[in-house]
Amino acid sequence: MIGPTRPRIRTAHLFVLPHTVFMLLFAIGPAVYALVISFASFQRGTPEFFGAGLDNYANAYTDVRFLPALGNVTQFLIISVPLGAIGVLAIAALLHARQDRLGSGMRTLYFIPGAVAGPTLALLAIFMLDPRISPFAPVLQAMGLTTIGQVTSGSRLPWVFAIMYFFAAAGGWVAIFYGAFNGISRETTEAATMDGCGPIRLAWSVKLPLVRPYIVYMLILTFGANVQMFVEPQLLAVAAGSTVGRYWSLNQLSYAYAFELSDFGSAAAIALLMLGVGLLAAILIIRFTDFFRPDVADR
Amino acid sequence: MSQTASRRTRPSVGGSTRVILLLALAVFFGLPLLWLLIAPSKLQNEFVTLPSLAFGEIGNYLRALEHLVGFKDGRILLWAWNSVWYTAAALIIGLVISIPAGYALATTEFRGRRLILWLTLIALIVPTSALVLPLFLEMSTLRLVGSPWAVILPTAFFPFGVYLAYVFYATSVPRDLLAAGRVDGCSEWQLFRMVCLPLSKTLIGLLTFLSFTANWNNYFLPFVMLTDDETYTLPVGLQSLVTGTSMISMSAMRGTSSTLKNPEGALLSLLMVLPLVVVFIVCQRYVVRGALTGAVKE
Repeated sequence: MIGPTRPRIRTAHLFVLPHTVFMLLFAIGPAVYALVISFASFQRGTPEFFGAGLDNYANAYTDVRFLPALGNVTQFLIISVPLGAIGVLAIAALLHARQDRLGSGMRTLYFIPGAVAGPTLALLAIFMLDPRISPFAPVLQAMGLTTIGQVTSGSRLPWVFAIMYFFAAAGGWVAIFYGAFNGISRETTEAATMDGCGPIRLAWSVKLPLVRPYIVYMLILTFGANVQMFVEPQLLAVAAGSTVGRYWSLNQLSYAYAFELSDFGSAAAIALLMLGVGLLAAILIIRFTDFFRPDVADR
Repeated sequence: MSQTASRRTRPSVGGSTRVILLLALAVFFGLPLLWLLIAPSKLQNEFVTLPSLAFGEIGNYLRALEHLVGFKDGRILLWAWNSVWYTAAALIIGLVISIPAGYALATTEFRGRRLILWLTLIALIVPTSALVLPLFLEMSTLRLVGSPWAVILPTAFFPFGVYLAYVFYATSVPRDLLAAGRVDGCSEWQLFRMVCLPLSKTLIGLLTFLSFTANWNNYFLPFVMLTDDETYTLPVGLQSLVTGTSMISMSAMRGTSSTLKNPEGALLSLLMVLPLVVVFIVCQRYVVRGALTGAVKE
């Protein structure tokens, strides 16, 4: 690609122009604007830029609801991210231990719940968590749970959300890891088998280390996505009554600031925290894994 | 690899354990969907009185459907139509914007190219929901909140599409082909239009799948942006029904006069999920390919 001609460059500019404009309007713009707003004061109705100093941050981060929400989301992340990863890897290894009809059929079946998301996922979960209605009622009752209020009470809630997320997201990742395991050369696995590796050893000592970059990728991406939870606690709050707070997650709190109090400054201060986590995840993925690279065309 | 060879090299240790575990997982992933398929066949009280997986009557699907369609003179049909056209508009605008951008980034060196690539990558990894509230703050300053375009345009921004198009044109279209075209006097536009686009069927299929699945279920952004219930999408409408009617049994004290109860809730969920299930089964390979395109093997 040395020395493209002037008309070529002009066409290229035209080709990337709409994308660049959209990126400015709908990604960079809102991020920068949220940053500006987070320092703005709204005392007199119209925003007074840089009029608030750090007040919005102080206000949002010392809100009595902030630490509980942060704690809830943290608990949820501690459960959902590592257990999700372990579950996905175990299922993928289990499927990949043999290439058979059963395995490929199951792979497709596990993948289908990915079609359920947002409010439909929440609604389905509400039915599945109600011991009077759910096909999993025997399991719930064996745990001594007879009402949905009990199932979704306090310390169980992060687990409930983790299971919901796993239900919807695991199949996609399983398919990805299955593909990654398939990418491992046959010589490698056969040599290990000759050396006396059983299927579990083979998965643990040979296949897993070879797909390590994929694992890093999954961990970061899941973390970045799960931190944003919003609709699931919002709808479960309706179903289960007061046991699930309306300010259970950070995004709910930010939403409440914007919509209930019209306090855009404090809403922005929390939204920026979430955005910061997302940005950090993005930079980590680009720097430390090979999945997304800006230099594919240069080699 | 033949089956016999694989059996010989991999002894069948744990073979039956594997089958049992796989079937247990099938229950976990499959049972909720099976239940959802059956649920609208039951009447409200039968949700509790009949066994969970018992089938009620086929006619009850129609009954629930009539209730859904009859709600506020077909409001749900309007939401379905909104869902379809917002998704379609975001898809078409997204394709028109992202494919040429990916092409230019892959084939031409120009100033700012690397910066655009980096920003695109960051934008594609940052979860879209992280930008919802900032977008709302921006749109409310621009007085665009409430308009369908406040949903369509941000979702038409498709950094994943740009990146996949970039990788596709950088790796799958031979450089020599482009060079030959240029020697023959093709303009860049002609090259794109006559040579590259006809080769891009796989790319367009992949992007269509990704855009459709992301936007059909999109909830947070439309929930925040749409104020008038005539502009709702299905996910936002479903949410409003869950909070505003007795669609979930637990909140039955409220609005008990509503015809929308458990069977209607299950049927609406089922109708929202079905198109995606079909797309998912048909396009399973796309997901893997989409997620791993960046990891190009040398």
